[in-house]
Amino acid sequence: MKARVHVTLKNGVLDPQGKAVHHALQGLGFDGVNDVRQGKFIELELDGTDAAKAKAEVTEMCEKLLANTVIEDYTIELA
Amino acid sequence: MSTNEFNSTPITPELVKEHGLNEEEYKLVLEIMGREPNINELGIFSVMWSEHCSYKSSKKWLKTLPTKADWVIQGPGENAGVIDIGDGQAAIFKMESHNHPSFIEPYQGAATGVGGIMRDVFTMGARPIANLNALRFGEPEHPKTRHLLSGVVEGIGGYGNCMGVPTIGGETNFHASYNGNILVNAMTVGLADADNIFYSAAAGIGNPVVYVGSKTGRDGIHGATMASAEFDDDSDEKRPTVQVGDPFTEKLLLEACLELMATDMIVAIQDMGAAGLTSSSFEMASKGGVGVELWLDKVPMREEGMTPYELMLSESQERMLMVLKPGCEDAAKAIFDKWELDFAVIGTLTDTKRMVLKWHGETAGDLPIDPLAEASPEYDRPWEVTPKQDRIDPASLSGKTSHVDALKTLIASPDLASRRWIWEQYDHLVMGNTIVRPGGDSGVVRVQGTNKGIAATTDCTPRYVMADPVEGGKQAVAEAYRNLVATGAKPLAITDNMNFGNPERPRIMGQFVGACQGIGEACIALDFPVVSGNVSLYNETNGVGIMPTPAIGGVGLISDLDHHATIGIKRGDSALIMIGAATGELGQSLYLKTIEGREEGAPPPVDLNAEKRAGTLVRELIELGLVRTCHDIADGGLLVTVAEMCLAGNIGAELYLPDAGSEIAWLFGEDQGRYVIATRDPDKVLNAASSSNVAAVIVGQAGGDAISIDGGAKVSLSELRELNEGWMPSFMAEAIQ
Amino acid sequence: MKSAVILFPGINRENDAIAALEQATGTKPTVVWHGETDLPKVDIIMVPGGFSYGDYLRCGAMAAKSPIMRAVADRAAQGATILGVCNGFQILTEAGLLPGALMRNASLKFICKNTHLRIENTSTRFTNQYGKGDVVDYPVAHHDGNYFADEDTLNRLEGEGRVVLRYCDVNGNVDPATNLNGSQRNIAGIINEAGNVLGMMPHPENAIDPLHGGIDGRGLFKSMVEAVS
Repeated sequence: MKARVHVTLKNGVLDPQGKAVHHALQGLGFDGVNDVRQGKFIELELDGTDAAKAKAEVTEMCEKLLANTVIEDYTIELA
Repeated sequence: MSTNEFNSTPITPELVKEHGLNEEEYKLVLEIMGREPNINELGIFSVMWSEHCSYKSSKKWLKTLPTKADWVIQGPGENAGVIDIGDGQAAIFKMESHNHPSFIEPYQGAATGVGGIMRDVFTMGARPIANLNALRFGEPEHPKTRHLLSGVVEGIGGYGNCMGVPTIGGETNFHASYNGNILVNAMTVGLADADNIFYSAAAGIGNPVVYVGSKTGRDGIHGATMASAEFDDDSDEKRPTVQVGDPFTEKLLLEACLELMATDMIVAIQDMGAAGLTSSSFEMASKGGVGVELWLDKVPMREEGMTPYELMLSESQERMLMVLKPGCEDAAKAIFDKWELDFAVIGTLTDTKRMVLKWHGETAGDLPIDPLAEASPEYDRPWEVTPKQDRIDPASLSGKTSHVDALKTLIASPDLASRRWIWEQYDHLVMGNTIVRPGGDSGVVRVQGTNKGIAATTDCTPRYVMADPVEGGKQAVAEAYRNLVATGAKPLAITDNMNFGNPERPRIMGQFVGACQGIGEACIALDFPVVSGNVSLYNETNGVGIMPTPAIGGVGLISDLDHHATIGIKRGDSALIMIGAATGELGQSLYLKTIEGREEGAPPPVDLNAEKRAGTLVRELIELGLVRTCHDIADGGLLVTVAEMCLAGNIGAELYLPDAGSEIAWLFGEDQGRYVIATRDPDKVLNAASSSNVAAVIVGQAGGDAISIDGGAKVSLSELRELNEGWMPSFMAEAIQ
Repeated sequence: MKSAVILFPGINRENDAIAALEQATGTKPTVVWHGETDLPKVDIIMVPGGFSYGDYLRCGAMAAKSPIMRAVADRAAQGATILGVCNGFQILTEAGLLPGALMRNASLKFICKNTHLRIENTSTRFTNQYGKGDVVDYPVAHHDGNYFADEDTLNRLEGEGRVVLRYCDVNGNVDPATNLNGSQRNIAGIINEAGNVLGMMPHPENAIDPLHGGIDGRGLFKSMVEAVS
């Protein structure tokens, strides 16, 4: 089973990288972009087939290591 | 690939050509093999005989360079050069190019260049203690320049900062000739015990051949061949062959190797750089006069389905090959386990003088070692002497710009503007031994636990080499010498990084030959031998070559750091003395280029005897504690030099004009062999100069908060600083086009 | 006076830390490998700078989960004097020993230069050798020194005198122009609630020798020695 974790900065936390990307996009003429937030994408290959158990485990991984919940949010997708 | 496919892939003329071998070379392959090679063997010939690995166009001339002095422990031919710095210690250093990869992918290209040169140095048992880099980019207006500059600087910082090695110096130029072919030359200086240096010659039949470091992937396959081919507009397509660096793994590899080197288990060691496992295994075997059997299926692999061809040619980074003493495998492995690095016995030394490649028990290749490694082709390519240019007569100048305006324009020009934007992105303080930071003549680091300093610099003035390769070659060495002297160091040895265009063009080959001649003459006269180096040819795009750029990395020793010099003026009551003679050479000067719009003329000649006398005098003055402020006169001439000293010390100066002759030539001429020093005891300095037969004259007086010329026109330091510091940040901040 | 330096894979300023501690305490610190679970009996623990685990994932995130960090947390709870510099500060925040987080510099660039810092609290065991409002000069060398915490946390830190160092100019002015990396309220260093753990981005250990160009950093190490002796 695969788990896909998206880690993003929390709303309200300044994202200098996203800001720079936004600025660069504007420079390239993409005027329709209102905001850019940059995050991380982490793909995990898991043993087992129990989705509920996997979800619980990946949540724990996020809380303990993959995300810093002081500044980051995360979402988990199982496939 | 099925196990037999490497014997069934037909070796067509197209395949041979794709491997960069010409007809003559392939004939030689058939002769050496006594049969048609299989695909693995062809690939090995291809990389071993690439310009990058074989030096086939350059070695005839490189052999003419002086490489010996009493303090040289190891000259060219090993991973890096080694010099004695006293007290049982050695400095190990080399400069190497990563030009083509950096153009294709600036961050990774530059990063892996830095990683590669550090491996060259720690392979020999040295802990890297200083990094430098010599960078050349296209003209600032070129649409790619900003992107390339930003990526290269980030890549160098990304790797060097993570490794914890201070980046203490270097140089950056801009010129249209580099628009399609930037130069990224990285230099590392390391420190080792003189009696614990490691070499690459394999020895001991039956000894294990061990692979350590990262796993092998499909990175940079054919990178060494790419580095020997010209670019065309499709070069962006070559992106997949660029390797990705992992500085964290290299940091672990450094610590693990040094830990292993503190024991007595290693017979020979070689890093896997360009042409990876192929060149490392062949070089070790060839130098030791032994054979090798490699079990390629034992190589730690990162990807599935890798073939012997890929394993032999991969340029995955952060890997080393070693020969261990028998029975040491377990103890050595424990060290690499601790650092969480791969460790695998992948072969053994044999007495066959052949390289036998095994793949799950089958023979995947069988080649004689010496003909490949040592008897590779050597060319005496036709070459033309570069025609001399005329000396520039100052009377030919328009002279319509005031001296102060010329100074303001020059100091804010891309050639002379402050490089702070670059070097503040490099950790230049880690290790806690940085004594002279970037922005001076040389960077200086203290030798840990002593009061000795190692000074290092990189230098080359490509426009001089272009106009006159011999004088330009001399100048590059002389400037490195001077930059070391200016900190109080005794210049000891150099590494040369020869960046040129296509050697198959006689004009370009003539530049190479001339530069080698000039470098050689300077090395002999200055007692400043070449101990390591690297050649990068075919630096051209669509037939347009770069300016010839033999970048020189110089290393010197300061025996007592209590007596060293920096460029900043320290006291307002000092006299400024110019050491060395001036005849007002404006050919190829930045004044001529920037103010008059002319790139022409004979470059300033280098009087090597005068250079040596002036250098010896200045160093003695610093050693005696008479001089603490010194700057060599280089790009831009006397006025720019004094301005840089004022900005660095935040103290102004008045500069005097000569009684006769061209004021422009006096202020902006780029005559060689000169320094400006600040002293409160000018008589003592002038007397010392006179008894050393060195020209010396008071050219000005420090003081105030402006630079003025003969009591007349002046410019405040704050305005000058804004101009000098402002150019690069505002250039780099301009919106992406 | 005994001290220890914690070593994680990828740390690279351990020797700078060792030199500073040795100069201040007169004894070479013990180096403790990240895989250890016990700390020797020491008065001062320093978590040095560098790129633990290559700064991969997040700076300090993986080092914060190392076995030794449990022992460090225990010692912190027992009141040991703990200094985290640069990557060490990042590790201490990731380990939850200090509040907030260190984000990418606002310029997005690595910055290595000297900077002025204003000492905001002189009654800590890290700053007792300085005077209130003193301006010191230390180098910084980091890519991720942009201090973030939510408003409540910041207000609490300020209210409890736990902001120890702020980026400023030579005259001690703290304003956006002197904020070199975008940190909230120019914060360069903070202490925990008990006052025994300091995290800071600048490098006092690189300002302890006249040949470094300044010795302002000595005061910080001397403060720790005074406080624990």
